Amino acid sequence: MTNTLPQRMDVRPFSYSTGTKVGIVLVLLYVVYAAAQLDFTYSRFITGLDNASTFLSRMVPPNFTRSNILIKGMVESLEIAVLASVAGIALSLPIGLLGARNLMPGWASWPSRALVAVCRSLHPVIVAILFVKAVGFGALAGIMALVVASIGFIGKLFTEAVEEISIKQVEAVRATGASFANVILFAVLPQVFSRFVGFATYQFDSNLRNSTMVGIVGAGGIGGTLFSAFQRFDYDFVCAILITIIAVIMLGEILANFVRAVFVDNISPGEILRHKRISRISQGHEGADT
Amino acid sequence: MISSATHGQNRTWVRYTLGQKLLRFTIYLAIVIAVVQSIRHINIIPEFMYDAPAQMADLLNRMWPIDWAHYPQSVHAALMETIHIATLGTILSVILAFPVGLMAANNFTPNAFLNFIGRLILVSTRSVNSLVWALLFIAIFGPGALAGTLAIAFRSIGFVGKLVGEAIEQTHPGSIEALIAAGATKGSQLNYGYWPQIKPAFWSIVLLRWDINVRESAVLGLVGAGGIGMTLDTAMNLFEWQRVSVILVSIFVIVILAEILITQVRKRIL
Repeated sequence: MTNTLPQRMDVRPFSYSTGTKVGIVLVLLYVVYAAAQLDFTYSRFITGLDNASTFLSRMVPPNFTRSNILIKGMVESLEIAVLASVAGIALSLPIGLLGARNLMPGWASWPSRALVAVCRSLHPVIVAILFVKAVGFGALAGIMALVVASIGFIGKLFTEAVEEISIKQVEAVRATGASFANVILFAVLPQVFSRFVGFATYQFDSNLRNSTMVGIVGAGGIGGTLFSAFQRFDYDFVCAILITIIAVIMLGEILANFVRAVFVDNISPGEILRHKRISRISQGHEGADT
Repeated sequence: MISSATHGQNRTWVRYTLGQKLLRFTIYLAIVIAVVQSIRHINIIPEFMYDAPAQMADLLNRMWPIDWAHYPQSVHAALMETIHIATLGTILSVILAFPVGLMAANNFTPNAFLNFIGRLILVSTRSVNSLVWALLFIAIFGPGALAGTLAIAFRSIGFVGKLVGEAIEQTHPGSIEALIAAGATKGSQLNYGYWPQIKPAFWSIVLLRWDINVRESAVLGLVGAGGIGMTLDTAMNLFEWQRVSVILVSIFVIVILAEILITQVRKRIL
């Protein structure tokens, strides 16, 4: 009666299935193949480690003596981020609304969806290069590139948010004889407002990050200063710029959390004074890239 | 949100309290000030702005017709290099990020100090843009795909680690407690307790990050870190606009293909 169960001590419980084993082998083969394609060698890695130590030692201490250039570049980056966010959000509102298939006819929604898809697919820095070639070096190219990026991101999410609204309120407002503009203003926008604040603050954050980078291709902001410092091997100045960028980005994140707390969570000044945690929403991921 | 001024007869419903209104007004005011100040201070040459449409039209004109013959010559190889950079970078970032994610998860590592260190690593890797990582690795390893792959990998640590850590924190403790009661080691807990629960989240994080990395790796070449960006940079420096257009189209197609691919794979495995 006791040995009805087969005694298979040679088989490990929970061992990997054949499919998993094949998968692991395939990934390893791919890694070896791709590394060979990209010409990775051990000797390169070792010489690199040598360079790394000299590189890092030249980065410290950070050199803040040229702070006027640093501040000028950073201010320009901030201005690019502010203007691009405002213009981008203002433009993506109508485009996003047009794309919503529950409110708009097909001939209106697909062109705006196509526009949003095109804006989304190219990286902001590549778009910035095109604008630099078109409108010349400077902040204008950076602003235009980030406006395109904002349309791509907010336009898509706003369209999705509008498509998810409850149609009952729209019908109720329509039943009162409201015009189309009034339906949008009083039935659609209030339903998506809090999500919209989330997208907008997220996009400002993302524009701030990218505005420090578009300068690498000549589109204004601190990126140009950073790139030329790299090319002149001024690694201590590079370190100072990087510290500043990271500090500004973190401040921007805190600011965005605060705006979300005010508009989405409805916190009051008293709650801020009582040090209520306002970073609750920051856990959520609205966007793809953080 | 509902506040009554007095508890007498004249109780009126107010949507926001005075303080909430003030906070909202302050933010609106700050936005307006920031915009006005930016417009006044920023250095934009108006002439550039007026002839921007004409310049754009001219640029598009020079890009047409697209030089398809250039694709097999050098674009294809660069495109494959870009995909290898994105894929290898993603694999490397998963290897690097998984331990950091475990360290940041409070239920797997019940130690506030280690959690803090883990979060610090995640936040700092994420705050540095991939182009900056690329510049740093170019300074160390020289220009080329190695710098690009490492840039992609380090940039992704924050994203993958943060989401893996959150997935681990959201696991149900039941099966893990059972394993602990049976005397399982930390490794066995991870393998048989946490892993089956975070598996779907894990694969969707990896796929999402791979998709982002395909986009990002197309740019890295602009600073010399390999891939299609280098071809783009060369074509633009030579003012070969018809080649630029074929490169842009191929980046566009590869990004769309990557997006279609991950949606299909997610449908299959999740």
